[in-house]
Amino acid sequence: MPENLFKVNIEEYMLPGQRACQGCGLSLAYRYVLKALRENTILTFPACCLTVLHGLYPTTSVTIPALNCTFASTAASASGLVAGLNALNRTDITVVAIAGDGGTFDMGIQALSGAAERGTDFIYVCYDNEGYMNTGTQRSSATPMGALTSTTPVLTKQQPKKDMLRIMEAHDLPYLSTTSSAYPIDLYDKFVKAKRIKGSRYMQIAVPCPPGWGYAPKDTVRIGRLAVETGIVALFEIEDGKFRFTGRSKTLAEKGNKLPVINYVERQGRFRKMSIEQLRQLQRWVDTRWNEYLKRAEG
Amino acid sequence: MAEVQIMTGNQAAALGAKLSHVQVVAAYPITPQTSVTEMLSQFIESGELKAEYIRVESEHSALAVCISASTVGARVFTSTSSQGLLYMHEQIHWAAGARLPIVMCCINRGVGAPWTIFNDQQDSIAQRDTGWIQIYCRDNQEIIDSIIQAYRIAESVYVPVMICYDGFVMSHTMMPVEIPDAEAVSDFLPPYKPHTILSPEAPMNINPVLFPWRRANSEGVLCDGYMEMRYKLQKALDESRDVIISTSRQFAGAFGRDHGGMLWQYKADDAEMILVGMGSLASEATAAADMLRAEGIRAGVVGIRVFRPFPKEDVRAAFRKTKAICVFEKAISYGYEGALCSEIKAAFYGTDIRLPIHNYICGLGGRDVKARELAEAVRSSRDTIAAGDTEPMPKWLNCFTE
Amino acid sequence: MATPAIGEAGKTGDWRDMMPVCDHSKCIPSIKKKAACFLCWLYCPEGVIKATIPLEIDLEYCKGCGICAEECPGKAITMVNEGEKNG
Repeated sequence: MPENLFKVNIEEYMLPGQRACQGCGLSLAYRYVLKALRENTILTFPACCLTVLHGLYPTTSVTIPALNCTFASTAASASGLVAGLNALNRTDITVVAIAGDGGTFDMGIQALSGAAERGTDFIYVCYDNEGYMNTGTQRSSATPMGALTSTTPVLTKQQPKKDMLRIMEAHDLPYLSTTSSAYPIDLYDKFVKAKRIKGSRYMQIAVPCPPGWGYAPKDTVRIGRLAVETGIVALFEIEDGKFRFTGRSKTLAEKGNKLPVINYVERQGRFRKMSIEQLRQLQRWVDTRWNEYLKRAEG
Repeated sequence: MAEVQIMTGNQAAALGAKLSHVQVVAAYPITPQTSVTEMLSQFIESGELKAEYIRVESEHSALAVCISASTVGARVFTSTSSQGLLYMHEQIHWAAGARLPIVMCCINRGVGAPWTIFNDQQDSIAQRDTGWIQIYCRDNQEIIDSIIQAYRIAESVYVPVMICYDGFVMSHTMMPVEIPDAEAVSDFLPPYKPHTILSPEAPMNINPVLFPWRRANSEGVLCDGYMEMRYKLQKALDESRDVIISTSRQFAGAFGRDHGGMLWQYKADDAEMILVGMGSLASEATAAADMLRAEGIRAGVVGIRVFRPFPKEDVRAAFRKTKAICVFEKAISYGYEGALCSEIKAAFYGTDIRLPIHNYICGLGGRDVKARELAEAVRSSRDTIAAGDTEPMPKWLNCFTE
Repeated sequence: MATPAIGEAGKTGDWRDMMPVCDHSKCIPSIKKKAACFLCWLYCPEGVIKATIPLEIDLEYCKGCGICAEECPGKAITMVNEGEKNG
């Protein structure tokens, strides 16, 4: 029934009783990632929240073949899957690498840049929960400025969020997109599209994390929505260099009524020590980027 | 008629991989390994070898690519040296734990700091705990032959194999090599069957987290804990000795060359002093043994070909009759002594074999080791033993140690 | 290696201290008697809500996160303490 309502594959590839936290943003997004990718997929991922979601031996919660790999090597693991499958003439399988922001922006960046530069025919998914959440919410380069984490417990993170999207854009990819746990249909559609495209495709998902961000599990969708409403997360795709807003961000771009970032920040425990100056910097950062995106959308 | 060509060790390695019909090569340049990967890319780009070549951005990624490609069923190859081997250390452990039949050449080079680009065996010796089979080649013929044997060994016991040979001393030195016939190699190597299939028809999660204890699956069947999986790796290494020996014999039958299985001996049967080494060092020791014999000292050589699994039984048998051993090695386990020396001593534990074992650290960072220096060391050991000192500290050969 | 099965982490329904209860008289698909809304099904991170009329939630595995209750436009779902029932 819901497949016609929402126009998605109704098959569930994530079985109930998996190990992710209550209200996990990754869990929500992952349902739709897998629905879009379908059975002829091989996943590879490093040690991260997803490893735990996939489960501990001898049982797994996901009905798609998966290969665990070391933390730095996700994109290299995917490169090997692609090479091996090509050598064996098994060309009907989509290889998908998935890692968190830690395994993408930080330790995984070398392998990712290498794989993308080589034009490896795979999809790379980064689920960005803005910290090393699986090991207990330590700071990553994806953590926003002003956030408390277990390794920035007193002074908050001092540096702005690393702009991984720009870094990946510099690799001349055929397809790059941003998505959000709070907008599953937008996410689904982009993954369906990505599956059909050849070459290195980069998908970054904005994933709220209840324990890491300090909010109640029931608010995962609400917080994710506020990220988009404030422009902190912009939903867009860049296909062959052409920038296009999608979904709620498209509406916001047209109507020009994004909310001030305080609406997003005040609801999360991790920002309770954020200074006024950091808040202003965050608003400036959002506004600057948003305006750049607006220009690109027009052009 | 078999074709004999004069070629470098690196050429022999590249040809070995080519003859073995490897399907995926991922490698990163590093001195003195670089020409192996260059030659392989030449073979692949010219169409002589049908394979995927992934020009990875680091050695860590090189082995990561080999791991996942091997997992889906492709025969893979990589090679590296020194810092590159160290950089992929995490993946070296991973490959063995994942039970993948990867074959990798380590072109032995010393490690930093400080920098060296020249030969010693510290790089591969430092990997001895990882669960790989390690074979040390003494000449370029052995390189090409051992690579071919390695695929057969690896793909029957599901343990990765490291083929080690000395940087510059062998990698860049030309020796005559008889190239095995391509068809005979194809007959010698059955197709690779991966132990676990990554397939949409039967989805599985490979190499997930295992708990310390055994756990039941959804059907109530008790499955391995981490320790059982690791035990299986050790068991495979123990059992690989027979496969290594039989493969060596079968290779000899098919191609006419026997490199000795686990170890080889030179004039060791009646030797009162035995020189021990690995790779080209052991080869050099045979010249030293001849020099000593000419002076009336009954010297012989035991060349350890397979360092892992450690050939305990073979070592006990080889040294049973001799009076003293001089272990020459191009590496040291800092804080103790040469690893080969320690392991030979340990092999005699529990037996009645009691004899002086002297350790000589030589050739670090490419310092030349001459046969006459090895012979002089043996003479000096003889004198030391005669004077009653049976266990001197390791000596650093031809090194200023004031 | 590891093979797929439900309940890898056990009966995750045990994780709850609050459980979702649906008042079908407020549930839009139930009212309209056709496929409509089902935002609870859409947003459930566990996929334990069955988009049927009336709505079904698999309480063996529902972790009680409360997203369904929070997002329901008809306020049909409320989170109640385990052991209590709402009408």
